[in-house]
Amino acid sequence: MKTYLPPKFTIERDPERCIQCQVCVNQCTFDVHYYDAEDDEVRSRGENCVGCHRCVLFCPARALTVIRNPLDYRENYNWHPEVIEDIIKQSETGGVLLTGMGNDKSYRIYWDHLVLNASQVTNPSIDPLREPMELTTYLGRKPDRVQIEQNSTTLMTELPPQVRLEVPVMFAAMSYGAVSINVHESLARAATEMGTLWNTGEGGLHPKLYKYGNNTIVQVASGRFGVNPEYLDVARVIEIKIGQGAKPGIGGHLPGEKVSADVSMTRMIPQGTDALSPAPQHDIYSIEDLAQLVYALKEATNYTKPITVKIAAVHNSAAIASGMVQAGADIIVLDGIRGATGAAPKIIRDNVGIPIEMALSSVDSRLRQEGIRNQASIVVSGGIRNSGDVAKAIALGADAVYIGTAALVALGCTLCQQCHTGRCAWGICTTDPALTKRVNPDIGARRLANLLRGWSLELKDILGGMGINALESLRGNRMQLRGVGLTDTELEILGVRMAGS
Amino acid sequence: MAKKVDNQVVKIDAKGVFYRELNARLRDAVSNGTQKIELRNVYGQRYIGTDLDRVVEIEIFGTPGNDLGAFMDGPRITVHGNAQDGCGNTMNSGEIIVQGHAGDIIGLSARGGKIFVREDVGYRAGIHMKECRDKKPVLVIGGTAQDFLGEYMAGGILILLGLNLGKEGRHRANFIGTGMHGGVIYLRGSIEGYQLGREVGVAELEEEDYQVLQEFIGEFASHFSYDAEEILKHKFTKLYPLWLRPYGRLYAY
Repeated sequence: MKTYLPPKFTIERDPERCIQCQVCVNQCTFDVHYYDAEDDEVRSRGENCVGCHRCVLFCPARALTVIRNPLDYRENYNWHPEVIEDIIKQSETGGVLLTGMGNDKSYRIYWDHLVLNASQVTNPSIDPLREPMELTTYLGRKPDRVQIEQNSTTLMTELPPQVRLEVPVMFAAMSYGAVSINVHESLARAATEMGTLWNTGEGGLHPKLYKYGNNTIVQVASGRFGVNPEYLDVARVIEIKIGQGAKPGIGGHLPGEKVSADVSMTRMIPQGTDALSPAPQHDIYSIEDLAQLVYALKEATNYTKPITVKIAAVHNSAAIASGMVQAGADIIVLDGIRGATGAAPKIIRDNVGIPIEMALSSVDSRLRQEGIRNQASIVVSGGIRNSGDVAKAIALGADAVYIGTAALVALGCTLCQQCHTGRCAWGICTTDPALTKRVNPDIGARRLANLLRGWSLELKDILGGMGINALESLRGNRMQLRGVGLTDTELEILGVRMAGS
Repeated sequence: MAKKVDNQVVKIDAKGVFYRELNARLRDAVSNGTQKIELRNVYGQRYIGTDLDRVVEIEIFGTPGNDLGAFMDGPRITVHGNAQDGCGNTMNSGEIIVQGHAGDIIGLSARGGKIFVREDVGYRAGIHMKECRDKKPVLVIGGTAQDFLGEYMAGGILILLGLNLGKEGRHRANFIGTGMHGGVIYLRGSIEGYQLGREVGVAELEEEDYQVLQEFIGEFASHFSYDAEEILKHKFTKLYPLWLRPYGRLYAY
C-alpha cells in the first residue's frame, strides 16, 4: 500500500563540509543515511528520520542539519497534522498506535503557573555556600508520636523502616528490557554515589547489579517478572506497581524483539515472546487485596523494608491514596499524566490521567484531613524537569520526586518518542547488544550524578533564598507558593493563594 | 505454645495466633535447623511459609489463609484441609500439597516448584506461570477448575485431571489459556472448542508428553493414594500456545 504519510523531517547535508566518512550511516538506526556505492556518495532519506539528532551530534564535520519538514496542509486548529497523520497510520495498518515517552500534549503545566517565595528585609535569606543547608529526607512510615528517654536523646519508640536520601530526587522505574542493562547500571551507580535510590521497574534485576541493592527499589508489578526471594532481599525498598502515568489502567506488552537472551533469563519467559503485563494484578481487586500483597511482601522480607505502592494519578486518587495508606503502604507514589513509558498506546498516553500537581495537592490535603499523612511518604513523578519543579512539588506536599525522562535526557535522550521500536539510536531504550554499547556506564553514571549535583545546589539556593535551612521546612509549606494565571478552582485544589495576595 | 518434641520436629498450636507471630515462629524454627513443623488448628493465617528459604517439611492441619507459600523458596507444605486464594503466589521453589480444594489464582506467576491439589480450584489457576532453564513450575489439579485456567501462561506445566467430573466428564471452565504464550496444559476430561482462549491450540499427545504425565501424575497419585495407571488410561488433550506473541499484531507499528 502506498503510504500517504509525509516525511516529518528533512536532512540537509552541506556538501562543502561532508567528508563522506559514513559516521551518520553507522549511527542512524532508522535507515536514514546510506552509502550509494554506484555514485560513491553518502545520501539521506529524510522520510525515515525521527529527529533524534544522533547523526547531527556525531558528524565529525558538522555537515548535517535536521529540520522539520515544512508541512503545507491548510491551517486547521482542529484537524492539525498530528491528527491527520494518526488517521493515515491507522488506515494503513488497522492497529493500535504505539508511542514512547510521556504525554506531549498542551495540558496546562501547573509548575509553570506556580512561583516560589523569597525573603526580603523582614527575614534574612541564607547563603548556602557558607551556611549548612540540609536536603536529607527520610522516606517511610512515621509513628504518630515518639517517646524519648528522659535525660538523654535515646529514642524509645520503635521506628518503622526508614530510608535516608541525601537528595530528594530518585530515578523512576524503567524496566530492564525497556531500557538497556547499561542504563540500569548508570542509574544504579549514580544513585549509589549521590545517596539516593533508583528503581528497577518491573523487568527484574540483573544479578550483576545486586551489589547496588542498598540503593535499589525493586518493583513487583502485574507480570511479576524477575520477582524471587533474592530480588526482594537485596533491595532497599519494594514497590508494588499498580499503574503508571503514561498508561493508567492498562498493562504492558514488551515486544518480543526486545526479549533478548538476558532479558528472557531475568523475566523468566521464553526468548522472543512478548512480555505481557496484565492490566490488573490478579491478586488485587480491592484495597483489602492490596493490603494482602503489601503484607505478603513485608512478611517475605521480615518487616525490614518500606513497601511503596505506585498508582497513576487519576480522578479519585485522593480516596485511593487514603486506602493505600490504610492498606499498609509506607510510601505512596503518584505518577501524573505526563509520566513517560517505553511503550504505550498513544490514545491512552495522551488522554488518560490527571496532572501530577493536582493529584499531589489533593492527596496531600486528603491525608492531612484524615490525620494519616505521617503514615506514608508521598513521592511524585511525571514531568519533573528541573529543581524548580522539585521545590514546588515539595512545597505542595511531596516528600521526594522520581525523575525518569530527565534522567534519560542526561544520558542522551532527545525525546524522539521511538522507545517502542527498540531501535533507540542513543542506545537507551533498546536491548540490541550493539546499540546498548552506546551508553557507557562510566559516563552515564557521571552525567546522572552531575545532574543531581546541579539540582542539589539549586535546591539549596532556593531554600536559602526563602530563609529556610532544611528541606523539611519547605515540605507541604504551600505558603511558599503563589499561583499565576490560575482560576479560583485551580487555586483551591492546589491550596495555593494568588500571586499578590 | 510451641512444643519442641526434639531438635527435628516442632509442633505449634496456631489457635488464636496472629499470622505475623505465627510466621515469626516458623522463621525461628527454620533458622534453628528444624526439619519438620506441625501446625495444628490453623484458621486462616496468611502467608504461611512465605519467608522460608530452605527445605523443611510443614504439615498444616486446618485451613491456612490466603497467599500460602507466597514467594516461598524450598519448603514442602502439606495441607490437611483446604487452601484459600493465592496459594503458591510467585513461588520460587518447594512443594505444596493440598488434600482438599484451593481457591482462586493458585500458582499465580509461579517460577518453580510443584503444587498438587486433590480436588477443585477456583478462577485463574496457574495464571502467568513462568519458566527458565531448569526452573519449571508444575501445577496438578485433581478435580476441575473455574474460568481462565492457565491465563497468560508463559511457562510451566499445568495438569487438570477432572477426577470428580462424574459421568458426563466435562469441564465447565471458559477462557482456558487466554493469552497463553508459553508452557503447556494437559486436560483429562472433555471440553468444547468454545471453552478455549483464542491463543491456544489443541494437539494429540506425543511420547514425551506421556513421560511428563507419568512423572507428575505418579507424584499426584502417591500424594493422594490414587492409582496412576488408572488415571493415565483416560484420554488427555494437550493445549499449547499458538503464538509466542499473542498480541504482536495488535499494533500499528
